[in-house]
Amino acid sequence: MLVEFAMQHAWLVPLLPALAFVIIVFLTRPFRKLSAIVAVGSMAVACFFATLAAYGIFTNHEYIEKPLVYATRWFSLGLPGMPDLRVDVGVQLDPVSAMMLFMVSFIATFIFLYSIGYMEGDPGYSVFFSYLSLFGASMLLLVISSNLLQMFVAWELVGLCSYLLIGFFTHKISAREAAKKAFVTCRIADFGLLLGLLALQIVFGTLNLTELAEKIEHFEEYTTFGMLTLIAVLVFIGPIGKSGQFPLHVWLPDAMEGPTPVSALIHAATMVVAGVYLVGRTMFLFHEVPSAMQLVAVTGGFTALFAATIAITQREIKRILAYSTVSQLGYMMLALGVGSLTASMFHLWTHAFFKALMFLGAGSVLHALHHKADVWEMGGLYKKMPITTWTFVIGGLAIAGIPPFAGFWSKDEILVAALNGGHYVLFAMAAFTAFLTAFYMWRMIFLAFFGEENPANHPHESPWTMTLPLVVLSVGAIGAGWLGTPWYNIWGEWIKFGHPHHGPVNYGAMLLSIVLAAAGIYLAYMLYLKDAKKKRARKMAEWFGPVYRMLYNKYYIDELYLWFNHALVDGTARLFYLFDIYVVDGIVNGIGAFARLSGDGLRVFQSGRIQNYVLIFFLGVLAVAVLMAFTGPSAASLVLGGVK
Amino acid sequence: MEFPILLTILLAPVFAALILVFVPKEEHMLIKSIAAAGTFVSMALSLVAYFTYNQEIGGLQFVFGHDIPWIKDLGVTFFLAADGISLPMLLLTNLIGFSAVFASWNITNRPREFFILLMLLIAGVMGTFIAHDLFIFLLFYEVVVIPIYILVIIWGSSKRVTKEYAGMKLTIYLLIGSAFLLVGVIALFVKTTALAGAPDMSFTGLAQVAQQLSRFDQIWLFALMLLGFGSLISMWPFHSWSPDGYAGAPTAVSMIHAGVLKKIGGYGLVKIAVYMLPVGAAFWAPYMAVLGVIGVAYAAMGALAQKDLKYVVGYSSVSHMGYVILAVACLNVIGLNGAVANMFAHGVMAALFFSMIGFIYEKTHTRWIPDMGGLARQTPRLAVGFMLAAMASLGLPGLVSFIPEFTIFVGSFQVYGGLAVIGIAGIIITALYVLRAGANTLFGPPRPEYVHLEDIKGPELVPLVVLGTVLVVGGFLPSLLFDMINSGVVPLHAAISDVLQIGGKF
Repeated sequence: MLVEFAMQHAWLVPLLPALAFVIIVFLTRPFRKLSAIVAVGSMAVACFFATLAAYGIFTNHEYIEKPLVYATRWFSLGLPGMPDLRVDVGVQLDPVSAMMLFMVSFIATFIFLYSIGYMEGDPGYSVFFSYLSLFGASMLLLVISSNLLQMFVAWELVGLCSYLLIGFFTHKISAREAAKKAFVTCRIADFGLLLGLLALQIVFGTLNLTELAEKIEHFEEYTTFGMLTLIAVLVFIGPIGKSGQFPLHVWLPDAMEGPTPVSALIHAATMVVAGVYLVGRTMFLFHEVPSAMQLVAVTGGFTALFAATIAITQREIKRILAYSTVSQLGYMMLALGVGSLTASMFHLWTHAFFKALMFLGAGSVLHALHHKADVWEMGGLYKKMPITTWTFVIGGLAIAGIPPFAGFWSKDEILVAALNGGHYVLFAMAAFTAFLTAFYMWRMIFLAFFGEENPANHPHESPWTMTLPLVVLSVGAIGAGWLGTPWYNIWGEWIKFGHPHHGPVNYGAMLLSIVLAAAGIYLAYMLYLKDAKKKRARKMAEWFGPVYRMLYNKYYIDELYLWFNHALVDGTARLFYLFDIYVVDGIVNGIGAFARLSGDGLRVFQSGRIQNYVLIFFLGVLAVAVLMAFTGPSAASLVLGGVK
Repeated sequence: MEFPILLTILLAPVFAALILVFVPKEEHMLIKSIAAAGTFVSMALSLVAYFTYNQEIGGLQFVFGHDIPWIKDLGVTFFLAADGISLPMLLLTNLIGFSAVFASWNITNRPREFFILLMLLIAGVMGTFIAHDLFIFLLFYEVVVIPIYILVIIWGSSKRVTKEYAGMKLTIYLLIGSAFLLVGVIALFVKTTALAGAPDMSFTGLAQVAQQLSRFDQIWLFALMLLGFGSLISMWPFHSWSPDGYAGAPTAVSMIHAGVLKKIGGYGLVKIAVYMLPVGAAFWAPYMAVLGVIGVAYAAMGALAQKDLKYVVGYSSVSHMGYVILAVACLNVIGLNGAVANMFAHGVMAALFFSMIGFIYEKTHTRWIPDMGGLARQTPRLAVGFMLAAMASLGLPGLVSFIPEFTIFVGSFQVYGGLAVIGIAGIIITALYVLRAGANTLFGPPRPEYVHLEDIKGPELVPLVVLGTVLVVGGFLPSLLFDMINSGVVPLHAAISDVLQIGGKF
């Protein structure tokens, strides 16, 4: 009964946090605690409905095969009967969106709760919760959209919230610049996505997901294969920006300027996976175009490896986590590219738990250390902050891929998918990335939480509103992967594109990934914990000096972009402006000046003064006389006509 | 007889201006209240008209004065009427007019004269949108020029250029535009009268005959109209009055000029030039599209190089009008809808932008971006208004300008393909300059000299509330706007495509 209600009214899920946003902005802003309660409460209720709706979907075989869609007209142009352009808005519930709906609202609820303690004492407390609520609403809208334009609206709105929240500490220049960078970088990507959507609309006459899926299956009736390839590539540009794929990943690490709950919610668990989600949502399009799939896979695989190499050398706790997010998003893209929606969504699901957990853990550490972020200045935190430490360790085990923690199962599934698809190079890259991941994560854990205490720090455990989310999420980080073990893969039955894959259990790949993870952790242990003075680590950094510096400086990509922006874009802009004021305006002013000067000149002839007229008359006579004197009368008569 | 709603809307500010003449000039509060009341009546009634217009029936409604002959020999009647294209523009004028009164709340230099002129300006602009007679249309258009000039040179500000220069440039451009227009209109009149036998200056009457003109006539007549309306809507390369003019003008004039006055150009293009001369339009459409796209990209780059807030918005409005021209050039239902809707959306956004910049200038006495920063701390409401306008300017979905831009993109991508892509790329540059201006003005460390700034309050909040509401509501319920515009565009498009279908015989 209640489940039926939740499924039919799934639009309530985004509406509730949207209402919270309105209430906080217009009513409860002066009352800090009340604002927080409104935000957390509305998200919790939304989560309740989302859970029911998801339950309804997953327990009914019918909905797993065929999405449940409620849609209505948003606007249309042309005659009502046969519109030239019609865009619908609606709700589409199927296993993928139901899973996301549950995941987003669940994680958001606990991160909202965590923010109550974390943001304590900030002057913008209420504003922060209003932004969080707006984000929650937009993200949930994105998830349940039945139409790509509606999804694009939400896509941009989550981008706006990301912008507002990255720049939340408005007085900091670094925050301001990071926010701007995030928005502009994503905008470049969205330009591609928008073109893709326009092309889809024009070619297929609709942006409704279900209709597109049907039409693209027989795309030959509408367009050529080349056009479809172009569309797929254009659509993929959007996710490259949003999900921080190379080469538009640069905004994500900078986004860590935002408050930590924001990093956990937006820049780890939910918004940044929107790109992966979008590709998953439009799998019917990519599925038709093998070259686009290849592009997705290679972009993902490369990003995963690339970001992992940078993460090895970083010093700030949140930056390391940010690069690891980029890397993990690469895994998800890779999985999509090799054709496994199941594996991709599975990793998205487990990653949301363990990465949100680790960010919140990092936030707890920063809270205790008064925002000292360098892991080399931490150490030994486990004594004073046991809950934070042990939950963080769980997250570390999960992301490194140690069974039975969540990350192991999903990463294993991606590796197997790459292997089964015959993508051996990508498989090797992914496997090596797994090793690097274990290494840099445990480097961070050993440096920050274990080893000797830094006497300059006076850490303390955080309040229950912060530790409770840590505990809840660590339960997810342990168990979220058990839904999709190779022996009993209920996940694969639920979330799939086409038919579920039932391959034999690949023990070789499983063993390999365990060995690689263990090796990474062991190496980190040898370098950063056993060797208390870290002599060997320093020596290695010296040996590989240039490489180390290149990695530490993120391959100098930011510098390159900065140069491009300042020298090229601003330079061109300056050129256009100069052209405008000197050439275009010069002509305008020139015409004006010409009119004025010719007026001034002609005025002499009409001054009304007898003297001027006499002077002109005299000058004329003089000119004729001179002419006659030099050339004789014949020339003068030529000039003067018949006058003799 | 039906209540003459359009006439009342038109005359309310005129009436207010008349009362103002008799108010003692020291009574600032009274003066402002009368101005506010006059524009409020217009705004309320235009909302009534907007929501009581019957879209099912469509066509001309609230007709007034079509049987009142004015100049019999020329076939001129005082014909007022509204359809789905003019009603949004009328509403826009009044939303902005009402807001502009409150944006000028702190004026101390001769407020009485200021508000009298402002009322006349608003009435003149309104008149162009509800006139259904070409002569009356031109008449109102000329009425607009005089108050604009005086308002700029007396209440304007001199920065990069003097206010006298700005006022002169603005006025001369308007006059040159109208000179081309006048020639075009006279020629059109002569040609149609010759063809039909009897003079008729009403839009519908003219159109029926003009659509039958020969291809050659239509082409050169349309060229004249394009020059006239084009310089009014700041079509590249006739745009250079726009940034200087807005920078020199007082806030209220910038709001009205960027918000609605330049839209007369787009409105005229659609409702007069394209409607009456479809064959000419079809001939010039590709050139218009090119000029539109150049305008988009060129002005966006120009905006990127600016350091004065008003110049940023000035260039940005040129850039946005490029989209309107591109959209008109599509000559299809989607494009024409997008053109009108984008004029509405840009009007709301530009007016909000200019009003917020006006307040910033009032408080900080500067518009120079490098001299600002961190204002969001002291003036959060101002910052909200500024950011709302900024986000609307970059076409953020959820605000009123996104769907119009989207429809323009669909329409123009369909017709012009790659050319449209260049135009669409403008959204990246727009984001860059708008966010840069916003960030450097509002965010970053607060400056000591601005610590004591007061946030906008009381009557100063009216522009933010009125225009901000429209921005958000229009963003989430685009059909409120589009159903109306569509009811006007569909018959217009049907008429021109009928002509274009059989246009082969010319």
